[in-house]
Amino acid sequence: MGSSAAQPAAAIRRATLDNGLKVLIQEEHTAPLASVWCWYKVGSKDERPGVTGVSHWVEHMNFRGTTNIPRDQVKGIIEQFGGSWNGYTWIDQTAYLETATRDALDRMLFIESERMANCLYHPDDCEAERTIIMSELQGGENDPDQFLDQEVIATAFKAHPYRHPTIGWLTDLQTMTRDDLSDHYKRYYIPNNATLVIVGDVDGDAALRLAERHFGKIPGENRPPRLTTREPEQTGERRVVVRKEGTTAYLKVAFHAPAIHDRAFYPLLVLDAVLTGANGLNLWASFRVPPPQRSARLYRSLVERGLASAVAGSVMPTEQPFVYVISTTVASGTPLATAEAVLYEELDRVAREGITDAELSRARAQLTARLVFENDSITNIAHQIGYFETIASVHVLDELRPAISSVRLDEVADAARAVLAPANRTTGWFEPLPPG
Amino acid sequence: MKQTRTTPAVAINLAMRSGSITDPADTPGAAYLMSRVIDRGTATRSADQIAEELDGRGIALSLTVTRHLFSLVCTCLAEDFAAVMDLIAEVLIAPTFPDPELVARKREVVTSIRQDDDNPAVRATEALMAMLYADGHPYGRPTKGTVDIVEALDREALASLHRRRFAPGALTAAVVGDVDPGFAGEVAERAFGGWKTLAPAPVQVSRVQPATSRRLRVMPMMNKAQADVAYGFTTIVRSDPSYYALWLMNHVFGQYSMCGRLGDNIREKQGMAYYVYSALDANVVEGPLFIRAGVSGSNVDKAIAAIDDEVAKIAQDGVTQKELDDSRQYLIHAMPRSLETNAGIATFLQNTEFFGLGLDYDLRLPDLLRAVTRDEVNAAARKHLDPARATVVVAGPYESH
Repeated sequence: MGSSAAQPAAAIRRATLDNGLKVLIQEEHTAPLASVWCWYKVGSKDERPGVTGVSHWVEHMNFRGTTNIPRDQVKGIIEQFGGSWNGYTWIDQTAYLETATRDALDRMLFIESERMANCLYHPDDCEAERTIIMSELQGGENDPDQFLDQEVIATAFKAHPYRHPTIGWLTDLQTMTRDDLSDHYKRYYIPNNATLVIVGDVDGDAALRLAERHFGKIPGENRPPRLTTREPEQTGERRVVVRKEGTTAYLKVAFHAPAIHDRAFYPLLVLDAVLTGANGLNLWASFRVPPPQRSARLYRSLVERGLASAVAGSVMPTEQPFVYVISTTVASGTPLATAEAVLYEELDRVAREGITDAELSRARAQLTARLVFENDSITNIAHQIGYFETIASVHVLDELRPAISSVRLDEVADAARAVLAPANRTTGWFEPLPPG
Repeated sequence: MKQTRTTPAVAINLAMRSGSITDPADTPGAAYLMSRVIDRGTATRSADQIAEELDGRGIALSLTVTRHLFSLVCTCLAEDFAAVMDLIAEVLIAPTFPDPELVARKREVVTSIRQDDDNPAVRATEALMAMLYADGHPYGRPTKGTVDIVEALDREALASLHRRRFAPGALTAAVVGDVDPGFAGEVAERAFGGWKTLAPAPVQVSRVQPATSRRLRVMPMMNKAQADVAYGFTTIVRSDPSYYALWLMNHVFGQYSMCGRLGDNIREKQGMAYYVYSALDANVVEGPLFIRAGVSGSNVDKAIAAIDDEVAKIAQDGVTQKELDDSRQYLIHAMPRSLETNAGIATFLQNTEFFGLGLDYDLRLPDLLRAVTRDEVNAAARKHLDPARATVVVAGPYESH
């Protein structure tokens, strides 16, 4: 058998530069490629009212030239090596990546060091990005499922800033200023708030020296203040009903769920695999491949029976307690109330009776297979290293397999009772209205 | 077959030449519905048994239907390879299309068609294809069919399509991963060797003529936050000698970096759209080159004018040598990345096989791209791009005036 892509954290070369930048390097010599990711501990949870969406907007701005990369020369640096580049922002993190032939490593590190210290924030670019992001927001609103998701999350949280969408609220996008953007950038884009990940066909020592050369002179700063708000316990069911023109009904339920550092995360992961199929733990890879779910409980009771055309679960590894979401596309002709009643019957049953031994074995097998499948490229491996280091620690990667294997039946039953309790849920309906 | 050892996993990609072009003329959507039911019961396995076998191994089968291919794709652990090949061979060879499954899957497809009806991106794209490939041309018919057609399809319609189009001679299997090629061959022989059905004659798809005038269709969807624009032309077949020139032209125009010239103008400079790009799908018949953008209703006219400008400009003035060199260098050096994963290699091999490009295509491709001259690229732009012959569709919160 070949080398497994998911190496133990011990095999990952780790260093912290004098300015506080963490550097994680994994050699992978399977293809002549290298992937560089730079992660920042800043996401939409770090935003206050008035500037929601600022982290994501800053991400957009950070592709628009730097002191040493003029705006008209941004394109081509990575492309000449056949590389791809991208970035994303979510609730806990902002990340940037390049994957290209290995000889691009120096240029990739140069770009990321420039991005950390020298972005321009030209007023014209701020205005162009304002309308691009409003277009992104409106494109998302075209999808009723995404619209409902936003409503349900905003209802499930009343205090914690996980409540607002990463893209921000429209009025904040309309009123934020260049200074809001550049202040946010200066506060969070510092070496001691970042993790640099390098994976691929590189020499670890040489890669570390190169990282030191590009990033070593950027000064460390005072770490930004951290959010202290904790979401109070939910004490009763919440509901949100969206009635809008459309053709299809959607049902979505969110339950407050444990964060990644909580041992209770793993029984919930297994429970979700039993209910909707194992989704895996790589946000960058998993959403591209549907879960194995034909024998999952909610698939059987909703999709097999023709009441829904799709059901999906989402357990996300997050820094602080987020939500477990079950989403259903209700089949044409099925009343929303019927789909909801069947869904809650199944959830009640699992809360009452737990799961079977056979289900536990299958869920473990599925989740273990997903851990292999979702580490099939250096880009995916680098994502996982940086993601877990940013929300918790890279050592979580080592814990995933044993933690999944050691989940017990009684823990899953406890998770079902605790998480799926009616008082812990927010139910959302998208009820389509006929045109006009 | 190709052996790789990056992860202890195997990608399987089976492509049957029974895409939506093999739908009977009066029932577009038959192949698509078949793809939803084919793995729901076979001669020796019930839907539940298949579900258990797949789920127990953490496998999700992905069944897709394009114009020409009906594909079954999955990734399994190396240790499960033989068992999985046996299972999916039976799915392809001996499906039974049980009635209760058919009823449930039809409801799913109907729901999915209704979702598409509410999706400006899908509606704009499908309407563009229907206009470019008119009069019932198989490229212009909706892959999923319509609600009425799907509701009327029965077991026999699917079984008959399966009998007529599924055969070993119409199947290409790509297997890539941590498996010995000799063993993989034995497994494939055991799984498919007994299947003797003769390959059907290929379906003839008629050639199309390029549009001679400009056409605009507006599909108002006033409940939507944003409009989708689809703007396109028919171009060339994949085997056309000018293919590589047109590919490079399209890359400069609507792909390079943040989507080429279109992205520079409409996204980066004007800030009008989160996405704007062009795509080329040269195929068995003259495939489309289409431009897509999502813009607010109030920017639709401005966006179409900007697309017209860019189309006219590249047709009249062509590309610069630097643009051509940049795109060429990118495409050549992007090969190792597209061939990094097992699934990526399998997709590449299927494409190579479908268009008869030869197993050394990955080695020849750089020279094919290097041989293209700027004159050839500019000739391709002049020949295929012209605002006066564009077909334009808008779906969303916009009404023509």
